[in-house]
Amino acid sequence: MSKATASLPRTIGAHAILLTYTIIALFPVFVVVINSFKSRQAIFQQPLTPPTPKTFDLIGYTTVFGQGDFFLYFQNSMIVTVVSLFFVLLFGAMAAFALSEYRFRGNTLMGLYLALGIMIPIRLGTVAILQLMVASGLVNTLTALILVYTAQGLPLAIFILSEFMKGVSDDLKNAGRIDGLSEYTIFFRLVLPLVRPAMATVAVFTMIPIWNDLWFPLILAPSEATKTVTLGAQIFLGQFVTNWNAILAALSLAILPVLVLYLIFSRQLIRGITSGAVK
Amino acid sequence: MGSLKIENVKKSFGPVDVLKGIDLDVKDGEFVVFVGPSGCGKSTLLRVIAGLEDATSGRVLIDSQDVTATPPAKRGIAMVFQTYALYPHLTVRDNMALGLKQAGEPAAEIEKRITAASTMLSLEPYLKRRPAELSGGQRQRVAIGRALVREPKLFLFDEPLSNLDAALRVNTRLEIAQLHRRLKATMIYVTHDQVEAMTLADKIVVLNAGRIEQIGAPMELYHSPANEFVAGFIGSPKMNFVDGARLGESVKTVGVRPEHLTVDPKAGSWKGTVVHTEHLGADTNVYLDCEKAGLITVRIFGVYDAEPGSTLYATPDAARTYRFDADGKTVK
Ligand SMILES: Nc1ncnc2c1ncn2[C@@H]1O[C@H](COP(=O)(O)OP(=O)(O)O)[C@@H](O)[C@H]1O
Ligand SMILES: [Mg+2]
Repeated sequence: MSKATASLPRTIGAHAILLTYTIIALFPVFVVVINSFKSRQAIFQQPLTPPTPKTFDLIGYTTVFGQGDFFLYFQNSMIVTVVSLFFVLLFGAMAAFALSEYRFRGNTLMGLYLALGIMIPIRLGTVAILQLMVASGLVNTLTALILVYTAQGLPLAIFILSEFMKGVSDDLKNAGRIDGLSEYTIFFRLVLPLVRPAMATVAVFTMIPIWNDLWFPLILAPSEATKTVTLGAQIFLGQFVTNWNAILAALSLAILPVLVLYLIFSRQLIRGITSGAVK
Repeated sequence: MGSLKIENVKKSFGPVDVLKGIDLDVKDGEFVVFVGPSGCGKSTLLRVIAGLEDATSGRVLIDSQDVTATPPAKRGIAMVFQTYALYPHLTVRDNMALGLKQAGEPAAEIEKRITAASTMLSLEPYLKRRPAELSGGQRQRVAIGRALVREPKLFLFDEPLSNLDAALRVNTRLEIAQLHRRLKATMIYVTHDQVEAMTLADKIVVLNAGRIEQIGAPMELYHSPANEFVAGFIGSPKMNFVDGARLGESVKTVGVRPEHLTVDPKAGSWKGTVVHTEHLGADTNVYLDCEKAGLITVRIFGVYDAEPGSTLYATPDAARTYRFDADGKTVK
């Protein structure tokens, strides 16, 4: 921050507000993580205290790793998230480029149609989607989930990316055309690097709902071989007894991969923003 | 070699007609400048020539070959853009090399041309840098270099100087003029700045609202403008236009350039009050509110002191006044 805009009370005030918000936002995560390291009794007696040597217990984690195929569930979640993300970004960016770059009949209408999905929740179509998957024999496959999540992520991706792509200099694309670059090269080599911050934003917005989703895994792919982490954690959630240690441990573990992905994308995001600022 | 012929080119964006029938001949080695107010279609015309935009109708011929359906890279042209449009992820050398690599030129030939171009534009120290590490003037020189190495039949410039500051603009203008003299290549240059047009052009094409108003050498346009628009557009400060009826003339409008008026404190044709004076050192612009002629500008060479509010008489040089009919056409 520059000297001219930084007065001490203001700085303290701003930090106080931001810190308060951070604490409130992170509190549930914090509680989940600390309790995952405690014995069952301690979870219920002192849910807000961090584990002490007396209450420290890894029973949750041992249950999770002992029980069934948690590694498989993680792998499934990872595959579904990363592959869907890849398709959303690829197809979203390509559609956005076509919509923002080429003038063709029905361009605006097509844009509106593709953006409609932002307003209509895909879950309304669950029954039809299930019928479709049954008919095409895709039930209990990861492909079913990837297809659904790709469809779910595309509208927002196209909407955000086409706005950003309109901002990419026409001259640059035209310079590429005069130098004999194909439209694909112009798209992949000139335009995509320039909208990288937008891609990172879209990636973050797309990834988290997919990773957290319980609905479609439960309906489309509940088999043992295709369970995702969120679905896998449900086995500890019984009608009469709930294994809280295991649930909390599973949830704590589930945070890690998505945190790593987020860090990767947010670094892109920040780099993109600062590179624009000092240009 | 590099001649260009445009036959009745029209271009519409949906219902908007941007180019309304352009015919033009450019001879080999000519420096042609398209000039006109913003939004009159200069860039659109240039993009049609480059093949970046398809004409709605009409033909474009380069070296007598119909290129209307040829993609930009195959037309033998090179273009320099207002925003430089350098590839941000490539070094200066690779920026220049890309087009040649795409065209499949051998590496030795590419190297030779880059060396020649970078020497000509004093770009050798920067060849390894990226565009972000260059100043505006250097970037534009790289953009010109990228055009040079293609050895095109036709150079196209779209307002290449308008993002540069005033001093740099004059330098780069000079460089472009020297480049033209040295290469003897055909160049087409778009600008809204009539000073650039006058200083660079062999031939100026004045465009207005998608039509060509006049084509001619700079002095031809200055001395014998075909119509009121050209008369007003060429020359700075702008030509004074006076209602013919107020002067007792039969024509619609009478025009006289600020430099073709003389002033005298005692006697003259048009009595007026000084509204404002601008001192530029080499000359002085006096704004006079005249009884007969309305608000006019007078350009006086050297320093001239006139108090606002004082009375001055302005006299037009009768041999150098222009008369325009109701359609704006010049009356001989
Ligand atoms: N891609 C486009 N779509 C719609 N209108 C356009 C497009 N490009 C240019 N125009 C319009 O055409 C007119 C001429 O533009 P242009 O050739 O860029 O003018 P200039 O003489 O300033 O270079 C402008 O009114 C502009 O709004
Ligand atoms: Mg323009």
